[in-house]
Amino acid sequence: MKSIQKKNILHCYVKNHIRYLMSCLLLFTLMLSHSTYASSISKTNITDNGSKQQVSTKQTQLEKIIPQLRVKNFKKKIASIKQLAEIDDPQTIVILEALLNSKLYYQKSDKKVVIINKKNNQYETFSTLNNNAIAIVQKKTLKKITTNNKLRKTIRALLAKKKILNSNLDVRQNALKEILTANDASLLPVLEQAQRQETDKSQQDLLKLAIALIEVHSNNSETRQSAVKRLGNSLYPVAKGKLTKILETDEHGQYIEQDKAVIALAEKAMQRISSKLSLFGNLETLFFGLSLGSVLLLAAIGLSITFGVMGVINMAHGELIMLGAYTTYLVQQLMPNDIGLSLIVAIPAAFIVSGLFGVAIERGVIRHLYGRPLETLLATFGISLLLQQMVRTLISAQNVPVITPSWLSGSLVLNPAFALTYNRIYIFFFALFVFAMLMLILKKTSLGLQVRAVAQNRGMATAMGIKTQWVDSLTFGLGSGVAGVAGVALSQLTNVGPNLGQAYIIDSFMVVVFGGVENLWGTLVAAMTLGITNKFLEPWAGAVMAKIIVLISLIIFIQKRPNGLFPQKGRASGGH
Amino acid sequence: MLLNYLFPHFMHEDTGGKWLISLLIAITLLVVMFNFFIPESSALHIPTYMVTLLGKYLCLALLAIALDLVWGYCGILSLGHGAFFALGGYAMGMYLMRQIGDRGVYGNAELPDFMVFLNWHELPWYWQGFEYFSFTALMIILVPGLLAYVFGWMTFRSRVTGVYLSIMTQALTYALLLAFFRNEMGLGGNNGLTDFKDILGFSLQADGTRIILFTLSALALISGYIASRFIVQSKLGKTVVAIRDAELRTRFIGYKVEDYKLWIFVFSAMLAGIAGALYVPQVGIINPGEFSPLNSIELAIWVAIGGRGTLFGAVIGALLVNYAKTYFTGALPEFWLFALGTLFIVSTLYLPQGIVGLFSQFTNKQQKQSAKHGALQEETT
Amino acid sequence: MVIQSLKKIAVAAAITAATLTTSMVWAADTIKVGVLHSLSGTMAISETTLKDTVLMMIEEQNKKGGLLGKKLEAVVVDPASNWPLFAEKTRELIEKEKVDVIFGCWTSVSRKSVLPVIEELNGLLFYPVQYEGEESSKNVFYTGAAPNQQAIPAVDYLMNDLEVKRWVLAGTDYVYPRTTNKILEAYLLAKGVKKEDIMINYTPFGHSDWQSIVSEIKKFGSQGKKTAVVSTINGDANVPFYKELGNQNISSEDIPVVAFSVGEEELSGIDTKPLVGHLAAWNYFMSVETPENEAFIKKWHSFIKSDKRVTNDPMEATYIGFTMWAKAVEKAKSVKTDAVEQAMIGMTVPNLTGGMAIMNKNHHLSKPVLIGEIQDDGQIETVWSTDGTVAGDAWSDFLPGSKDLISDWTAPIKCGNYNTKTKKCLAK
Repeated sequence: MKSIQKKNILHCYVKNHIRYLMSCLLLFTLMLSHSTYASSISKTNITDNGSKQQVSTKQTQLEKIIPQLRVKNFKKKIASIKQLAEIDDPQTIVILEALLNSKLYYQKSDKKVVIINKKNNQYETFSTLNNNAIAIVQKKTLKKITTNNKLRKTIRALLAKKKILNSNLDVRQNALKEILTANDASLLPVLEQAQRQETDKSQQDLLKLAIALIEVHSNNSETRQSAVKRLGNSLYPVAKGKLTKILETDEHGQYIEQDKAVIALAEKAMQRISSKLSLFGNLETLFFGLSLGSVLLLAAIGLSITFGVMGVINMAHGELIMLGAYTTYLVQQLMPNDIGLSLIVAIPAAFIVSGLFGVAIERGVIRHLYGRPLETLLATFGISLLLQQMVRTLISAQNVPVITPSWLSGSLVLNPAFALTYNRIYIFFFALFVFAMLMLILKKTSLGLQVRAVAQNRGMATAMGIKTQWVDSLTFGLGSGVAGVAGVALSQLTNVGPNLGQAYIIDSFMVVVFGGVENLWGTLVAAMTLGITNKFLEPWAGAVMAKIIVLISLIIFIQKRPNGLFPQKGRASGGH
Repeated sequence: MLLNYLFPHFMHEDTGGKWLISLLIAITLLVVMFNFFIPESSALHIPTYMVTLLGKYLCLALLAIALDLVWGYCGILSLGHGAFFALGGYAMGMYLMRQIGDRGVYGNAELPDFMVFLNWHELPWYWQGFEYFSFTALMIILVPGLLAYVFGWMTFRSRVTGVYLSIMTQALTYALLLAFFRNEMGLGGNNGLTDFKDILGFSLQADGTRIILFTLSALALISGYIASRFIVQSKLGKTVVAIRDAELRTRFIGYKVEDYKLWIFVFSAMLAGIAGALYVPQVGIINPGEFSPLNSIELAIWVAIGGRGTLFGAVIGALLVNYAKTYFTGALPEFWLFALGTLFIVSTLYLPQGIVGLFSQFTNKQQKQSAKHGALQEETT
Repeated sequence: MVIQSLKKIAVAAAITAATLTTSMVWAADTIKVGVLHSLSGTMAISETTLKDTVLMMIEEQNKKGGLLGKKLEAVVVDPASNWPLFAEKTRELIEKEKVDVIFGCWTSVSRKSVLPVIEELNGLLFYPVQYEGEESSKNVFYTGAAPNQQAIPAVDYLMNDLEVKRWVLAGTDYVYPRTTNKILEAYLLAKGVKKEDIMINYTPFGHSDWQSIVSEIKKFGSQGKKTAVVSTINGDANVPFYKELGNQNISSEDIPVVAFSVGEEELSGIDTKPLVGHLAAWNYFMSVETPENEAFIKKWHSFIKSDKRVTNDPMEATYIGFTMWAKAVEKAKSVKTDAVEQAMIGMTVPNLTGGMAIMNKNHHLSKPVLIGEIQDDGQIETVWSTDGTVAGDAWSDFLPGSKDLISDWTAPIKCGNYNTKTKKCLAK
């Protein structure tokens, strides 16, 4: 039963998104064509509800109320809006939606309220009474009718009432979700009517919940009991909230609720919900851990090449990640109309930018320091200062905005208590993808073979005719390029600013050391282990303590296994 | 050479050290005199501001010696030496906080201000005893020493070396950084300890106290130098260098390598602690920022720029870089990081033996079997 | 080989030359204004703007002929987000550069680091950022908001207008959030909110993985009571926080977040989509339409040579502070700290958002409090404001340690922490 519900709720979303995930793995094709799926629901329903009758009294009512929307006081404004919504005229919906979308203004000159439409820095005004175009004016001549959170919520609820019977399932569903918390007994008849008509399974369940939420307050004990039972079947937070309220106690620990039977049932229902929630809670933590792990993996994987394979301690690794993030920003600036595509373009771009910087660093500095790993640390620290300040000077000391495309926002709702955020899902698979690609390069290409050969025995590799210097540059470039790619992913999660790299450098080193150098699998396992441990510690230890505990465990772990989880002999793996 | 009569026998070969110490003594005397006896209106007058600044540099130079001892002579690149420095500083800070008494903004005789506004009611146990200077003095040495002992005992026995060791020390200072940031630690959280009033009854704001602190810093640096020089010239020091150059061989000969390493690591941590303790009253604040791994990396760079494995090179590096920092942050506020970054890169690339190496190249054409070469072999094998 | 050693010599020479050249030009008779804002390190993000603001104000004052017939001269230094360096640079500014006033600091810890120095040397500091209060120094003027000028009105708005019943106090773990949350907790408890309806959470600086905490907030907020988050999360950690809120489908209408550290400048660096409808409480918004504000924005755009740059609350605080200082210098006919300090008290300057800002006896300003909602263009639109101005309170009435304390720098009290019960000044 649940699986059906799940399937229905997700219906189109899941289908689209599984496709996205696939395409993500298949080098992100197809993406563009779907990136506009999040269509707005605002314009869909005017004709449905609209009646063609033009009653002059309605017109005068409208004319009377509309000017009242200009008042500053939000309480008064809300009262006016409620009055407005009571008028049975399709125009009310137009006005309310305009207000909701910040498109309701008034003219400074004559205080007349108008609906506007932005058109290249100019505003086209329309009549609130009949949507007729009035004029095209400058922004300065108008003043916006402000809204606040509460007002918008009220409008949404009012609009939702009118949409419960809408023919479009999405609209119905959103409307119903909007009024779940409204607790408005007058809605009962409408809801019941909707329930009779409804064919969609998930909407049916939602309606049941909505009705139960109202019937809990009924005067009839039996109605209440059955409503409480039904609440116990729902994972929607409102259901739990309602049950919590029923089970509230006064200061002496006595239930405020008088009906014993209701209390007993509510307790039972609460138990059911809680046990399910704790299961989903753990799943969620696991997901959080994997997600944090994938971020660590992305940040560290480039380092595991430069440090693990080449033995170079690259303190500028974080800054190479930062350059990748800035590349994303610059690519977005170049193609402001295709945010979704820009992100895909940014991946190779960031790889190239950071890779080239990497090659330059290798050629210019690190080449002179082979065999002196600790000195590469110092020199690259200098480079990291330079890169940071370069970004500050050339771009800005401030953070820059990187826009998140719509297919990366929001979450995949598996059930009301368990949702996975899309950006994290994508980044998780992206990290695995990057990992797989690197694995391929190292294991299946001739470059990879040469890299490994140089790592294992430089002298012998030279003797075999491998151009070790060339391989060094390319390896370093590869590691740096991967860092840049990580920057693209991180730009979707965190700030893009000059300090971006600093936040990840120490964690990256920990991951690589923990996993064992020159071992990509070790890096993968280490990143995931650290991520998951951190997230399971966090709820009871707090974010900071969790991190401290992880760090100290790591120090102790390294005492036991000085060469990490998966030790392997390489240039940096110790001097014995 | 005449100077030899003034120095202990183990320093007779140490020309750089002799010069350095003589110079330090001369400068200290001059600074004190110019500050004290020359009227403020004169151009020759050294303002107290300069004195404190110099005092701060001297503390950092002592810290650099501490690092050079383990890095230059024992091959342990600790990227967490800032932690020992900060712990010493915190110990001193706690003493200074207790000296404030009821002169805090809330007038609470028992609790420091930050505890009052966090609604704490009594002093945590680890604050006990810090009202006594003798106890504090002990803690300044003991706390960093103990941490170094525990960390070193674990690490050296399990033979974690090279880059791994560096990264572990970094993890250590990072963990401490996070811990000290927490307000629950009871050490002032992000703000740390500040607003100190006096030390041993002398007002910290008085010029006299400043001069004394400066002189003490100079003395600490000189004695720290001499002690370190004594150690590296002693049998222990020779063994440590042997460990740096060929750890396995030394072990096979029969030396307990980890004991030697541990000893020198603990001593170095104590030196760092003393440096921190002298630093805090002069800058007037100690906060978790001192634990930042970046600070410790920078410290390694001072030593590298000055020339590691020489002790006096570390001092020169610390003084030079810090002076450069002071100068550039004032003169080129927007671009000083470029200057500093370039300095780091250029000096590692072109001055592998630091400034000291440059001098010895001029004075001494024949390449000595320099300390560094061995270290390199160790790292590359 | 020869080339290499030549190279080395050249490099070494260059380094020595660069470090040893100290060319100090002592300009003739000018009034020196120290600017002590981090231009590098973590705080550069916020503080560089304030440096530019001070420079703009100085330029403007010089166009008007300077002060007391002398030109103003800016002395800019970079304390590099390094707290001990703040103290060192303050000393340098006052003792070496002989500045007459300093505009600077952002974080609490930088101010705490500067405080002993500025008091010892009897300098003058204008601090332009909202802060935790619990301080009043004779040598410092606090032109940013105290908690009662930001946090408490914001909570009142949530409580009265949005009918919030459950509270999440989320902050970065440092002194400003700690103190503010202590104050707010006491305030909420006094207003009858139950202890279990308040959740307090602290995260480290730059925290970027908000999954667990947001999920916790979501659970906390789904107990049937209207919930809001009062955020004292420090600048950088905000973006990932709001992104996570958006991604976990928590809209501003479900659980509004009111922030005290998110202003136009911070918003200009992020994709504002996930923040729309969330709240911010300040004493200034760029969107407020007054002639003073329009003029200020215009001036700023022409000074910084970009129409895209925004203005924010700390900039207004800097503006008010600078204007007041200039007026006080003229009134006192001197730049001496003591004279200016006394002239400052009672000084009025028009706010950019309308009304007059007044410098009170406790060195804090009276300013209006605005609450706004974040818009998709990165601006904040006022949805509520106090009727008049609110006087900044140096010592909170809601903390047991400070409820009896007041600050009054006029005769006869002349004390930053005067206990009204014992009638004693606690300082010294």
